[in-house]
Amino acid sequence: MTLINPTWTAILYLAAAACFILALKGLNSPRTARRGNLIGAVGALLAVVTVFVSVKLDNVPWILGAVAVGAGVAAPVARRVQMTQMPQLVALFNGVGGGAAALVALLELSHTEDAWVRLAIVFTLLVGAVSFAGSGVTFAKLQGLMTTRPVTFPGLPVLMALVLLAAVGAGVAVILTGSLVLAMILLVLGLLAGVLLVLPVGGADVPIVISLLNAFTGLAVAASGLVLGNVLLLVAGTLVGASGTILTRAMAAAMGRSVAGIMFGAFKGGSTAGSTAVSERPVRSSSAEDVAVLLGYAQRVIIVPGYGLAVAQGQHTAAELALALESRGIEVDFAIHPVAGRMPGHMNVLLAEANVPYESLKEMSEVNSEFKTADVALVVGANDVVNPAAKTTSGSPIYGMPILEVADARQVVFLKRSMRPGFAGIENELLYEPQTTLLFGDAKDSLTKVLGAVKAL
Amino acid sequence: MDGISLLTITVLAVFVGFEVVSKVSSTLHTPLMSGANAIHGIILVGAIIVAGQAGDPWVLAIALLAVVLATANLVGGFVVTDRMLEMFRGRQRPPSKPGTAAGAIEEHRR
Repeated sequence: MTLINPTWTAILYLAAAACFILALKGLNSPRTARRGNLIGAVGALLAVVTVFVSVKLDNVPWILGAVAVGAGVAAPVARRVQMTQMPQLVALFNGVGGGAAALVALLELSHTEDAWVRLAIVFTLLVGAVSFAGSGVTFAKLQGLMTTRPVTFPGLPVLMALVLLAAVGAGVAVILTGSLVLAMILLVLGLLAGVLLVLPVGGADVPIVISLLNAFTGLAVAASGLVLGNVLLLVAGTLVGASGTILTRAMAAAMGRSVAGIMFGAFKGGSTAGSTAVSERPVRSSSAEDVAVLLGYAQRVIIVPGYGLAVAQGQHTAAELALALESRGIEVDFAIHPVAGRMPGHMNVLLAEANVPYESLKEMSEVNSEFKTADVALVVGANDVVNPAAKTTSGSPIYGMPILEVADARQVVFLKRSMRPGFAGIENELLYEPQTTLLFGDAKDSLTKVLGAVKAL
Repeated sequence: MDGISLLTITVLAVFVGFEVVSKVSSTLHTPLMSGANAIHGIILVGAIIVAGQAGDPWVLAIALLAVVLATANLVGGFVVTDRMLEMFRGRQRPPSKPGTAAGAIEEHRR
């Protein structure tokens, strides 16, 4: 049954599209972000209700059942997931969205003779499959199901080129013949291309790839809108495709990298001073009590949290330490590098979860001039984002990446697991400087010990 | 709808998409990515249309799979974004004035 006519359908879809634009707009500012997300959800609900009352649908009980299954699985998982595991969940949701778009396109193939529509179907199939498989590999990397190091083998670029060439051939054939079998071959080629695309990407660059695949899924959804003649899908998909592209570039820029550089041979063959060899040079390592004294008698402390803090789930202890120091009258701030943690902005989320007030979280541009006035810079599980090689060593893989200027602080304390270099695989000269003190151990354990020692002062 | 109208809509949507995220602070990159991720879950609308027109049981099965996946993307995406943003409410934020709409909403949440 159709309760409403096409004009009302179009108006309701337009309202939903406006909701999505307002949602993205709202997510630009911390004050409006939550409301923005809610507006987006309202838009989605409106669109789903509209499709039920505007199109003559069979199998409605089945469809409602499938919706209940999808929501029943996803909502509890999203509600309960650890905040440190959130990036891989976003990757997973992105992947299933791409997969859904590809399936929709596959089923629409038998309904059309039009070459343009078939072109849109081919695009959706390929990009949706790439997004699905690529997100799957990303999920595996972040979840620790496989190595986070770049996986490469000789002939990978050739294989990738062959797969893409075959995909183009299959795509043209699908457009000409409309063959379902060829479309399935295209689907498999897309899956293969997605895997090959993400395998060579190193752990530190994975967030950028998630963002890129997110934009891909957006484009696939937009193309599926062309296939179905549905303007809402077209607009919503295009919005995500465009905003996702901008976001991907912003993330890459924050790391001083180009998206192309990441996708095609990240950190490959770069000159890496002491890439895997651990240097034998002496460093000053110290005890938790000494670090506590350094911190406890300072006037201004800037904490630099990094990936190691996120992995050790030490954000609550870090927040407690900040509180303990503040109660001694010490000014404490958190300096957040744009790519600290596993995704840009991830560290803010983690620290906000630990109830660190928003005002204490300072962005790089804001805080860099303040290191000069700091007595201690406490670097917790971060390395590449404070490595001066980004400024001084032009051959270094991270050369050009903006860093936090911790070297300007009177004292620098590193809480590190070991002398192993960071993701970029390069040594940090700062570790050997005379003003630097190291405390080895798991970030959370070290923080707990330091916190206890500070309280005992 | 004719091709030229669709092209117009697409190009305008591209510009809107570029424009709405141009000045976002890196603090909100993750929630923004997650929110955009939820929005493309609207492919659910397409999956429902295809499932509602399926006659063949196989076609229906695949379409229903698409419905499940798309719903997971849509619902999970919005829920996880909300959870991220929930945490941005620092406890030391100055309390909203009682009597205002914002204050009432704050009260209601507690």
